[in-house]
Amino acid sequence: MKYLDEYRDPQLAGELIQRLRRRTFSKKQIRLMEICGTHTVAIFRSGLKELLPSQIRLISGPGCPVCVTANEDIDRAIWLSSQPGVIIATFGDLARVPGSSSSLHIERSKGADVRIVYATLDALKIARENPDRQVVFLGIGFETTAPTVAAAIQEAARLGVDNFSVFSAHKLLPPAMRALLEARDVNIDGFICPGHVSIVIGAQSYAEVVEKYRIPCVVTGFEPIDILQGVNSLIDQVESGRAEVENQYRRAVTWQGNVAAQKLIDEIFEPEDCTWRGMGVIPKSGLRFRKAWRKFDAAQRFAMPEIKVCEHPGCKCGEVLRGVLQPTECGLFRKVCSPQDPKGPCMVSSEGTCGAFYRYQK
Amino acid sequence: MGPGLIQLDQGSGGRAMHELIDSLFISAFENPLISERNDAAVFENPGGRLAMTTDSYVIDPIIFPGGDIGSLAVHGTVNDLAMRGAKPLYLTAGFILEEGLFLSDLERVVASMAGAAREAGVQVVAGDTKVVPRGKADKLFINTAGIGIVPEGRHIAGANARPGDLVLINGTIGDHGMAVLCKREGLEFENEIQSDSAALNGLIELMLEAYPGIHVLRDPTRGGVATTLNEIAEQSGVGIRLFEEKLPVRADVSGACELLGLDPLYVANEGKVLVIVPAAGADAVVSAMKSHPLAKSCSIMGEVVSDDPGRVFLRTRIGGSRIVDMLRGEQLPRIC
Repeated sequence: MKYLDEYRDPQLAGELIQRLRRRTFSKKQIRLMEICGTHTVAIFRSGLKELLPSQIRLISGPGCPVCVTANEDIDRAIWLSSQPGVIIATFGDLARVPGSSSSLHIERSKGADVRIVYATLDALKIARENPDRQVVFLGIGFETTAPTVAAAIQEAARLGVDNFSVFSAHKLLPPAMRALLEARDVNIDGFICPGHVSIVIGAQSYAEVVEKYRIPCVVTGFEPIDILQGVNSLIDQVESGRAEVENQYRRAVTWQGNVAAQKLIDEIFEPEDCTWRGMGVIPKSGLRFRKAWRKFDAAQRFAMPEIKVCEHPGCKCGEVLRGVLQPTECGLFRKVCSPQDPKGPCMVSSEGTCGAFYRYQK
Repeated sequence: MGPGLIQLDQGSGGRAMHELIDSLFISAFENPLISERNDAAVFENPGGRLAMTTDSYVIDPIIFPGGDIGSLAVHGTVNDLAMRGAKPLYLTAGFILEEGLFLSDLERVVASMAGAAREAGVQVVAGDTKVVPRGKADKLFINTAGIGIVPEGRHIAGANARPGDLVLINGTIGDHGMAVLCKREGLEFENEIQSDSAALNGLIELMLEAYPGIHVLRDPTRGGVATTLNEIAEQSGVGIRLFEEKLPVRADVSGACELLGLDPLYVANEGKVLVIVPAAGADAVVSAMKSHPLAKSCSIMGEVVSDDPGRVFLRTRIGGSRIVDMLRGEQLPRIC
């Protein structure tokens, strides 16, 4: 397939791996964080880790949207699903994430109307087909998802669909990168920056982090050749003491990003402080509705009760999301926590680090 | 028969039901056993060991590119029999109809079922019809059961894989699941992806004539190739290693999977068979397969190993290795 096969070429991959293996490293371990869950899965699926020299350690970051959704937000979504006449529309992964005492998946088996959609506009369609019901779309995701949600909200306004609302738990990645670098328990020598998010926000978005923290950032695509090129560029930067934004994923990502999509987000939403699972409150890292659009805000439309959160005591998703622990270092991993019976979100999501370890790692 | 919609009384046991059975089912399935209209079909014991199986079909949509719920219900049950080396003989068919189903849809499904049975060389010899109120079922569900004879000397089972065996497949993977999903979700590509739904008993006979010592035959339906190979690895207590570059996947299926974040290894097939055969017999089996229209693009895509019993691995294109686990959770509901 064009634009895919050439990025899976075994010979080129072999050359890139050899280039890494032949070089000498100035320190014992270089820790590169892939922020994005899609990278984590791509790395596992290609079996890349075992091919890299032992000095290079790839660690997974907080870039799985379902995984970083705060427990109270999961509980709020579950509460919404229990309201009379409400249809919940959501992307599939979220349905199985355990909240304090249930999950949307369990609620569905008890009678809640929870529908899995592939696109936000599908949720709007459900609203138009069910004018006597309230349809709430669960807006979980990063800068990649937010523009599509914003577009659906604009469309709802244009069509006058007033039984449609969005529960916004959107998150922004650059503020999370800053929070990771500020925290003292995480050692990171370079970021493999997300491909899809960067299509929207542009490579420019990492300039501030690079400047302030002197950390190499390479925007990287998702095929094996992309990732190997990204790792090579990062190692080159680390070893020569440089810290720059590089863009390996030029076939999709520009310096400015998708300005129309950025405007769309900005039209509907504004940044707010936001709680991330395992990372606490990160300043200006979430998106809330602007005043003019609040009538589509599910948090305004429904009088939500105070939520008292309770997490599984042994769950180490927080540490895993910050790259402090590997899933195998969690006491629950494989013992009581598995994809069939997940205790935390990192095991549920197809992009979660624990799920990827469970499924792909020998 | 009313306004062209199925009515509740057509499943009530009375006149309306008899009219439906006579005009539609018996004339479509036309054979001496079903035409007797008795409570059970009675036939001579063909001798030897018998194989028996059953499967229910709840696919949505009931008509999809490359097939429909009727042909699928025949292919699925015929294939389950063939996977044990049996020659399928007779099927039964149970229908659960939703009130208000278009009669034309039912007619099309039954005609397609009868056609599929003829092609596969089996007879539908008994049946049942129920109608449930609107909303209590989704259009049409079918159950088929099948019976076949296993010729002397055939011992094919999931527990028979041995280290050194090779793993073959008769063609591209993931076609059925993606055809159904794309139809259901209204995803359009340049050319419509077609289901691979087909009866495999003819192909299997050819393979077994060429090399009777085949160890395992299994059709990778729900859960896909990955799940089926995991079952075999567990049953046989062996490891299975796949080679990524040998996995046959159509470009459009691969593209649709990329788009939806699915892995073709976990997507259902309805006209595919996984064959595990001693290396010594592989050439004979492959040349038999290549002579059959349903196995033109067959591939030797893996091998059975003694290490890591119960597990399936994939050697990736770039030389890495990863686990191929069983499907967990529901990837695609109601695809068969």
